[in-house]
Amino acid sequence: MITGIFRPLPAALCALAIVLFARAVTAVRGIFSGITPDATQRIYFANHASHGDFVLVWTVLPPRLRRVTRPVAAAEYWQAGALRRFVGQKVFNALLIDRDPATRQADPVAQMAQALDGGASLIVFPEGTRNVTDAPLLPFRSGLYHLARARPATELVPVWIDNLNRVLPKGGLVPIPLICTVTFGAPLHVGGDETKDAFLARATAALIGLSPKAERPPQ
Amino acid sequence: MTPAQSDLIWLLAGLGGVLLTASGVGYVLQQRLSPQGENPGIENLNDRIKAWWVMVALMAVALLLGSSGTTLLFALCSFAALREFVTLVDTRRSDHWALVATFFGVLPVQYYLIWIEWYGLWSIFIPVYAFLLLPILAVLFGDTERFLLRVAAVQWAAMICVFCISHVPALLSLHIPGYEGRNVLLIAFLVVVVQGSDVMQYVWGKLLGRTKIAPRLSPSKTVEGFTGGALSAMLIGASLSWLTPFTPLQAAGLSCVIVLMGFFGGLVMSAIKRDRGVKDWGHLIAGHGGFIDRLDSVIFSAPIFYHLTRYWWSLT
Repeated sequence: MITGIFRPLPAALCALAIVLFARAVTAVRGIFSGITPDATQRIYFANHASHGDFVLVWTVLPPRLRRVTRPVAAAEYWQAGALRRFVGQKVFNALLIDRDPATRQADPVAQMAQALDGGASLIVFPEGTRNVTDAPLLPFRSGLYHLARARPATELVPVWIDNLNRVLPKGGLVPIPLICTVTFGAPLHVGGDETKDAFLARATAALIGLSPKAERPPQ
Repeated sequence: MTPAQSDLIWLLAGLGGVLLTASGVGYVLQQRLSPQGENPGIENLNDRIKAWWVMVALMAVALLLGSSGTTLLFALCSFAALREFVTLVDTRRSDHWALVATFFGVLPVQYYLIWIEWYGLWSIFIPVYAFLLLPILAVLFGDTERFLLRVAAVQWAAMICVFCISHVPALLSLHIPGYEGRNVLLIAFLVVVVQGSDVMQYVWGKLLGRTKIAPRLSPSKTVEGFTGGALSAMLIGASLSWLTPFTPLQAAGLSCVIVLMGFFGGLVMSAIKRDRGVKDWGHLIAGHGGFIDRLDSVIFSAPIFYHLTRYWWSLT
């Protein structure tokens, strides 16, 4: 559900404060190498190494796209406490997913498809959880494939978030100001007879290909 | 208005005139040779001129605000430079606290000490105390992989981006007989000579540049550009001696030292960029790259200029 183009004032101020803070710490720069930042409906799929990941993607999008772009996030995190509920729902308009299959009321893919039908673009993290390993990406969960099948016309845009894991490593309390980049690659679509494994491998490769470290030899 | 302020306003008006001329020339060149933005050299020149306006305006505001404004401005420059430097080096998770200490401890403390003019402490705070503290913080995590390289990178970041840059606002605390209340003009002198030398090296290099000085480090630096730039900067420095406690000859000599240090500073910072496989330190200043790309010559010349002035002209 899109709550209209204008947010209530407290949420709008909070959004502005979050964007300014993200810029002050990371001087983040959006690199639109495969798309232009226009109003096309998209599913942005990104690497996930930090709590702040979708904030950065959201920060580099032009304001009019921010208002229709909803991060897909874990319900148990964003429903814990009044402040998180306010930020999650009113500021980011997050689409909350119950990650526990046992208590789940709705099918996550159906929830995401419904949000797309409502006109929103989505930010998803196909690894499903934060990557705290040294590998560039964890194996993708199957949700991205099922979502691509369910809404084959929507552009799937790989988004590489670089350096944010160094800003706030696991266990760190204070962020270190480092320059981050968010690179948007060329959009993908699922092929008519493409298998799940083939599609997920292609999506993974497209995402890793955007990493600046993919070009730099290992130290 | 104090005499220092009126001198500063004359200087700023002069710079404004130079930039106005540059903007006019850039506009005509763009209309004639690059109406659709097809000539990258001219587009880059115009980007640089625009960034110059912003830098001169910021400097003007800070210098007119006095010592607190100037110290704060250079503290922010240090912050931006430190962010660029640390972004480019390979640190590990176990360096987290050393980096937190550098950003949120070393940097503000150094500028606070500069602000309260405690020379005895600020001049050794980073080279002695931070130098020893940072490896201690790193070693607490027991991670020995590339230990010396990682510690050295953080120490260099603190030295280059905080210690060296902080010598610019430190010029405000020198006590030079007969020059009371005018120290802000020393900063203006340093910055105009350094940046004037950069601009004139660029201009002479474009006009006459043939022989590359250090092709592996910096393909755009030429013998002709450097010589022309250095001589022009010494001339600029000598002609600005009315702002300073120096005679025209002394001003030219100090300008020569500033230009040499700035030149080698540029080469050193280039070598680091080459090693890291990047072209620019950052992207914040259109046409110039990052803060360190613009400050590299100031970084190396400021401490030397500070100490030469202190030893021979200052009472303290």
